[in-house]
Order: sequence, then structure tokens, then C-alpha cells
Amino acid sequence: MNAATPLKDHWKEQRLFLSRLVAAGVIMLLLTGVLVYRLVQLQIVDYQLFSELSQGNRLRIEPLAPTRGLVYDRNGNVLAENLPAWELVLTPEQVPDLETTLAELVRIGLVDVEQQNALATLVRSHRRFENVMLSNLSDEQAARFAVRRHQFPGVDIREGLIRHYPYGEAAAHAIGYVASISSADLEVIERREYAATSHIGKTGIERGFEIELHGGVGYRQQVVNAQGRVLLDPASRTESAPSASAISNLETLWPVPGRNLTLSLDIELQLAAEAAMAGLRGAVVAIDPRNGDVLALVSAPGFDPNRFATGLSQQDFKALNSDPDNPLFHRALAGTYPPGSVVKPFLGLAALHHLEIEPSAREMCPGFFVLPGNTHRYRDWRPQGHGLVDLHDAIVQSCDVFYYRLAVELGIDTIEQFLKSFGFGAPTGIDISGERGGVVPSREWKRTRFSRREDQVWFPGETVITGIGQGFTAVTPIQLAHATAVLASRGTAYRPRLVIAAEDRVTGDVTEFMPIGLGRVEVEESQWQYIHEAMLGVTEEPQGSGFTAMRGAPYRVAGKTGTAQVYSIAQEEEYDEENVAERLRDHGLFIAFAPAENPVISLAVVVENGGGGASAAAPVARAVLDAFFAGEEYVTREH
Amino acid sequence: MSLGSIELGRHPAAGLRPLSFRGIVVDFPLLATILAICAYGLIVLYSALEENSSLLLRQGVRLGIALGAFVVVSQIPPRLLRLWTPWVFCVGVGLLALVTVSGDMGGGAQRWLDLGIIRFQPSEIMKLAVPMMVAWFMHERTLPPKFSQLFVLMFIVFLPAILIARQPDLGTALLVVAAGGITILLAGVSLRVIGFAGVLAVGSAPLLWHFMRDYQRARVMTFLNPESDPLGAGYNIIQSKIALGSGGLFGKGWLNGTQAHLEFLPERSTDFVFAVMGEEFGLLGLLLLLALYLALIGRGLFIATQAQETFTRLLAGTLSLTFFFYVFVNAGMVCGLLPIVGVPLPFVSAGGTSMVTLMAGFGMLVAIKGNKKLLAP
Repeated sequence: MNAATPLKDHWKEQRLFLSRLVAAGVIMLLLTGVLVYRLVQLQIVDYQLFSELSQGNRLRIEPLAPTRGLVYDRNGNVLAENLPAWELVLTPEQVPDLETTLAELVRIGLVDVEQQNALATLVRSHRRFENVMLSNLSDEQAARFAVRRHQFPGVDIREGLIRHYPYGEAAAHAIGYVASISSADLEVIERREYAATSHIGKTGIERGFEIELHGGVGYRQQVVNAQGRVLLDPASRTESAPSASAISNLETLWPVPGRNLTLSLDIELQLAAEAAMAGLRGAVVAIDPRNGDVLALVSAPGFDPNRFATGLSQQDFKALNSDPDNPLFHRALAGTYPPGSVVKPFLGLAALHHLEIEPSAREMCPGFFVLPGNTHRYRDWRPQGHGLVDLHDAIVQSCDVFYYRLAVELGIDTIEQFLKSFGFGAPTGIDISGERGGVVPSREWKRTRFSRREDQVWFPGETVITGIGQGFTAVTPIQLAHATAVLASRGTAYRPRLVIAAEDRVTGDVTEFMPIGLGRVEVEESQWQYIHEAMLGVTEEPQGSGFTAMRGAPYRVAGKTGTAQVYSIAQEEEYDEENVAERLRDHGLFIAFAPAENPVISLAVVVENGGGGASAAAPVARAVLDAFFAGEEYVTREH
Repeated sequence: MSLGSIELGRHPAAGLRPLSFRGIVVDFPLLATILAICAYGLIVLYSALEENSSLLLRQGVRLGIALGAFVVVSQIPPRLLRLWTPWVFCVGVGLLALVTVSGDMGGGAQRWLDLGIIRFQPSEIMKLAVPMMVAWFMHERTLPPKFSQLFVLMFIVFLPAILIARQPDLGTALLVVAAGGITILLAGVSLRVIGFAGVLAVGSAPLLWHFMRDYQRARVMTFLNPESDPLGAGYNIIQSKIALGSGGLFGKGWLNGTQAHLEFLPERSTDFVFAVMGEEFGLLGLLLLLALYLALIGRGLFIATQAQETFTRLLAGTLSLTFFFYVFVNAGMVCGLLPIVGVPLPFVSAGGTSMVTLMAGFGMLVAIKGNKKLLAP
């Protein structure tokens, strides 16, 4: 036997095991004692209390909805408020047969027949003790239910608040809307916070600031009878009074109301801009270049957000959704358009900055441009050409040939880097969701965007047309307005924002948000000045493309027109507006800032299929600027 | 031969018995107590299932299957159990890994392994396999375990526990750790090590708390104090306390529990069946159940004291004490002493998965009891 292996001492091991077993047994008995003590406490000591809670009248926890925060414009006009309304509410655990109950409610006209199945699904996705709101009732409907109340155990009406947008369609895309919480919403929200809430923000500010606007849920304990009717409610101690011990145990925790938000929007300006866009498709964005405040955010056509808050039938929603004019689409943030010639001031600045060109050097514009060693003619919008033009003239008259040459000299890499420094090609970061980034094309972008090898190569011709904002370049109206603001402020960039202040309704404290700086675009002062003067020329020189629209304005406007081609024209063809279908007609664009010498507003207008920028977009800009400067605040600044 | 246990066929007089009983191992006190608990459970379940006899029948079938597992396992000689232990453990860990991998690919819940006809939870095996493996490891070695051996034991316990926790099934992982931990404690690990582990656990809590984010802390707080969230996690516990408390000393009587029958009490046929029992049969009914449980556990502990080798001894002790752990965690949860974890009440809660494991465990106890004399010289 190996002496190194210790022998097992069976007796010692057994004694060790037994001692452990005894210790475990003692602990076990102690724990059992704790358990029994607890049971005695519950079942003997507190028997009376629990017995009352369970006998006939039982405790129900009623969640209390917080009131949603209000939304104001910058001048204190109410954009979104809450109005009292009747709500039809169902408590699943007290309804004997859901299908029959819903069918019966449809029969007496309180629930929309198309909603019946969706509501059944919604009710089943709630827990049995959670209240589910079925619909909003008019006074007449509420009265109709009240007399039949006894036929509907588990269904009740309660006084609720309904969201109301006093300006209707105005700024509908910016403010957004609330609608009934859907089964899909339930997956993503904190359910207990919404136990009493029936509506949730779906788009715009209502969605982006849902947490601030919603507030915090409260609850109260109530004593209810077997049918779920409230017998005792601590909040209204007027009902028949059960025993004292039941009352002392009822708790109430009041909800925390949502915060009031003040937007940067000026609703008067917004209304003027929407009036100017009446009947058109497109977008208007106005930004204060001094802080990034969005003064107007128009996407046309609009829609009435009140229809969502009161409950839109599925059919109506489908109709809205499949409207060819797409009114629900937020064009100002998510519409991407070729910028056309409005890109010219930016590329002109790039040329001054990077190429150090002589600002007064003149070049011949024969009406077309040809790349060396190639026969393809890149045409100017003016077939006979502009003659001898310098950079100033090229911006004022929107000469394409000058810019074809400029683009080739700059090269696509410089163009890309310079345009991106103005915020093109990426979301501006405005404080509501749904924004798209657009495209600033580059060699790298083309490599990753296309899968076929031959599509991935960057062709020199693509650089040429990038010079006049055609080709792959795509921008959103908010990007255009933002970039124009950077131009107006000579390089200082602020993140566009809609919410400028939030008010806590419990304490009354107002939090004002600071503008968020996005850094600077560094260009020499004289070069900024040169471009500003060229853009002034656009509206003040007789041959300027914005001259007609801005003639006689009591303020000085720096602007630029743009006409973006939607439809490709073959090499020898002529663009004939009459013959091109309406949807393939050119988009009209206009960017502007004013007053030119001390800008307080920058503007981007896009009119889809409106034809030219001068004829379609510039007049809209004029109307918006007129409305803006009609306010007395700016009268003193005029010369 | 002890009073309750007979071992047919091993006694010289066994020749007089019918042939069909040869080798059958039975422990009457144990079996009788189990059957009494099950019968009591079915009576309460009939009420909790709203007098639905087809649902009750399904539970009866599950019970039958579990009893089958009990009988089969009780016939396996402990020597064989011991020899199979490493294989059972390795296969169990392998299946757990498989579930993790296939579940990862499926992207959904990862607890079930689908074998085509049947689906089962490999984590369930580990409730038995982990203490068996610890006992197997210590069997060849001297007790108490040396310090270096502790690391092997830790590995045996925590490897499957971590795999189960990743599924994520923290409740079962906790039970597996508890079972393995109890075996190690019974093996005589020194009090200093126990104290050190305790200090480590308590000491790491504030550190962990310090590194948690606010929302994680909020979750822990709700877990520890569900009544702070009366609309969510607190709802169950409030209703179950009302059910228990309103039962009083004698209860409201069978089928008369209002909390349960008016659907105020959630999970009343599974995790919260203890509250139904308390509401309808009162404190006395619950004390009867606890007495039956203690009798069963006492019998198990007695079998552990009679076992004559390390493997069977540790296994028998662990099985009995783990059973108590289940009872205490469930009852403690229902009466608001412990946070809510999904542990069913043994032999009473509706559901078959854990019942088979429990019955197999008691089968092992019977086998250990029955084979005692084989090993005695």
C-alpha cells in the first residue's frame, strides 16, 4: 500500500457529515419557524384587514393619467392643448365576453365597426386589470351609454382629455400628432407609465419629446364591487362609506403633469408660408442664423392632426397614406432633392478659398462645356451662352458653363469636403426625428453605394454636373436652410432646433435651452463678402435670376435660385415644359437670407415640379420674407 | 431491516414471495408522504383550476409520468448511479451548450432543446447532475475537501450555472448553485471558507451597486420591494397577501376562495397555489402541508444518516435539503418574505417539468435506502 495516500477515516468522515446535517436541520427548522410566524401574522393578526379587502368589496388600483404638456410657439400662442372629453373605457377582467360586448357597443354606435377587431387585439394585449380606452365619445354618445350602463359590466365612461391643435393643419409636420397607443407601441414603451394613458405621440414634437410631454403616471386605490364599479375612492369621498380600516389603507399618488414646451416657430410666419405654398407641393424652412431657431417649417400639402387625436378610421388613414401628394410625408426633413443652382454660392466660395482665383477674372461662356478629349456637350440653361462672365456674374445670372469648369478645377474630393463642412450629406441633428441625410457624392460614396464594379468608378463627367448641383447630389430643405444660415452668419453654425424652452408645471420652473454651436467654417472675410454681394446681385441686378420676385422689397435680400432637373433630356433634345408630364417637371428652389447686411432670417424654399426656381420658388420666399419683416420689430432696421 | 423499508428478494425468506416482486425496492413512509402531498395538491388545484376536470386530468397524467420516473430511478443501484454520474454531467453540460448555440442562432428563448417529438430543458437535469457530480468527486477523496479541491468543485457548480444564467434563466441557475452549494457544505468544507465566501458575497454587493446604472438600480429596488410598484410586479404580491390573510385560521372552505375564483390572484394554479391553499384551508391547512413536507424531508435526512458511503450520503442529504429550499423559496415568495422568483411549490403547482426532476430525486433516495445492506459487510 502506498503510504503517501492517506487512508479514509470513515468514522471521522461520518461524524463530520452528521454534524453538518444536524446544523442544516436546525437552520431548516428556524426558517420554518419564520415562515409560520409570517403566516400567523397574515392569517391571524391581520385577518380582519385582509378579510375586508377580499370580501365583496375589493381593492383595485386605478392608474391616473398625467395631463400632457402644452406646446406654444415663440410668442406664446398655443399650438397643442388638451380639451375635456368623454372616453369609453373597458376593464378586461370584468367583461364576461369581450366579443359580444364589443359587438353590442358597435350596435349602439359607440365604437366604429372597422375598429372592432383592432380593439379586441388591443384589449387582449393588456393585462386583465388594466383599463383600455375604446373610443372618444361626444356628449350625446356619452348620454346614450349612461342609460345602458348596466348592460355593460366592465365598461365605463370617464372624463378624459383629448389633444387639440387649435391651428389645425398649420405646422402639422413640425408639431406632429398623438394617436391611440397601438399594439406595436406597447412593445416599446414602459407599460406602467402608460397604464392610464390612451394616446401617444406619433410624429414631430409630440413624438420627439414624448417623455417630457407625457409626464409620470399616478395611481389611487379604490374599493370596487364585483362588477368593477367604484364604491370608495379616496379622491372623491362622497360615496357610501365602508368601514374605517378600509379607508385608512387607501393610498393615492398623484400623477406628475408633462412639461410645457415652447417652440422656436413663429406661427404667424408659419401661416404666411403655408398660404404661399397653397396648392403646391414642397417645403419651406426658415432659420434664425444667429442661434439655429427654426422659425417656420412647412411641408406641403399638410393634414389635420386633430383627426388622429380624435381617432381616424382605418379607411381614412389608408386614404391619407395612399394620397399621391403624400401629405403625411415630412418633405422639409425627409424630402431629398437635387439642389440645382442653389449650390453655386457654396462652390463659388470653395473656389475663392481653395483655388485662390482672381475674383474679377472673366471667362467665356459659349453656351456649352466640353471636357478635354471628349465630345459630350454639357449645356448651359441659356443656349446662346452668357458671354464673358466672372464669378460674380456667374452667380447672378446662374451661368452653368462657368461652374462646369470650376467643378473640374476643384475636383470632386475638394467639393465633397467643402459641401460637407456646411452640413450637406448628413442630418442636421434637428430635435425631432424623421430626418434624412441626403447625398454628397464622392469616390468613396460611389464605391459603397453601387454593387456592380463598372458602376463604382467615378467619372470626370460626374464632377462636371456636380458643379451645378445635378447628378447624385441630394439635399433636404432643412439642410439647405441650415447651410444658408451658415453662409449668412459668415461661418458660424448652430444646430437647427424647434424646442427653445420647457416649463415644469409643478414648480413653474422654466428651463431655457442654449443654442448648440456646431463649430465654424473658416473662410476669409473678404471671400464671404464677395459671395454675399453676388447673392445680393441675384435679387438687385436686373439680369439677376431673383430680380423679378424681389423687386421693391423694403429690405435687402441675398438669394439664389435653383432649378433641379427631374427628367433627363437626351443630348440634342430641348426641354419643353408643355410636353413634360407634371410629375417630371423641374423642381424650383430658392435660398435667401435677409437683411443682407445683418441677417436675421435664412430661408430655403423647394417647390416640387414647380418649373424654375425664379418663377416658382422665389415668389414664395418673397411672401414669407414680407410677412416676416411686416412685424414692427424689424421695421427700424430698414433703410 | 428497518420498519418501513422492505427489500423483496434479498432476504432468504424472499423465495416465498411472488416472482414478479423480485428486486423491487420500496420505501413506504416516503412513498406514502409523497402521495399524501400530491393528493392534497390535486384537491387544491381542482379549486385553483376553476373546477375544470380536464385540466386536472392533465395534471394527473403528469403526476403519473413523474411517479413512473420515481419508480424507475428507485430501482437503479446507487453504485450504477455513481458510475454514470460523470456521463450524465457531461451530457447535461453538452446539451446546455447546444441549447445556447442553437438558441443563439434562433435568436429567441434558449431554454428548450427541441428533439422533434419532445422538448425538454437541459437545465432541469443539472438540478440533479450538479450535486451528483460534487458527491462523485468527493467520493474517492477524503472529507473535508482540501482547499485546492474547492476550485474543482466551484468549476463543477458554476460552469452549468453560468450556462443556465446566460439563457437567461436566473431562477434555475440559482437553484443549481444552491443544490451544489448544499452538497459542498455537507461535504464538510471548513467554516472559515464559508465565512470567507459570505464576506466576499456581502462585500461585492456595494461594489456591484456602484457600477450599476440608474435604471438597473431601479430594477433591483423593485425586485427587492415589489410593493413600490403596485401596477406591475407588486400586483401579484398584494393580491396573494390578501388571499392568504383573508383565509384566517380555518379558511373560507374548499372552492370558496374569492380571491382565486374571481381571478384577482394571478398564477393561481402555478407559482401562487400556496395562496389558494391558504385562502381556502386557512392557517391549519398550510400547517398540515408544511408538516407533510417536513415529514418527507425528515425521512430523507434519516436515509442520509443511514447511507454508508460518501456518494450516497452527500446525495441523500442534498436532495432532502434542496427540497426544503424549494418549499421555503416558494412559500416565502407567496407570503411576501422573499422577492418573486419563478419557483413552483413542489408536488402541488401545476406543471410537469420540475415534478419529474423532483420525483427522480426521491427515487434516488429510495434507491440509496434500499441498497444500504449491499454495502454493509
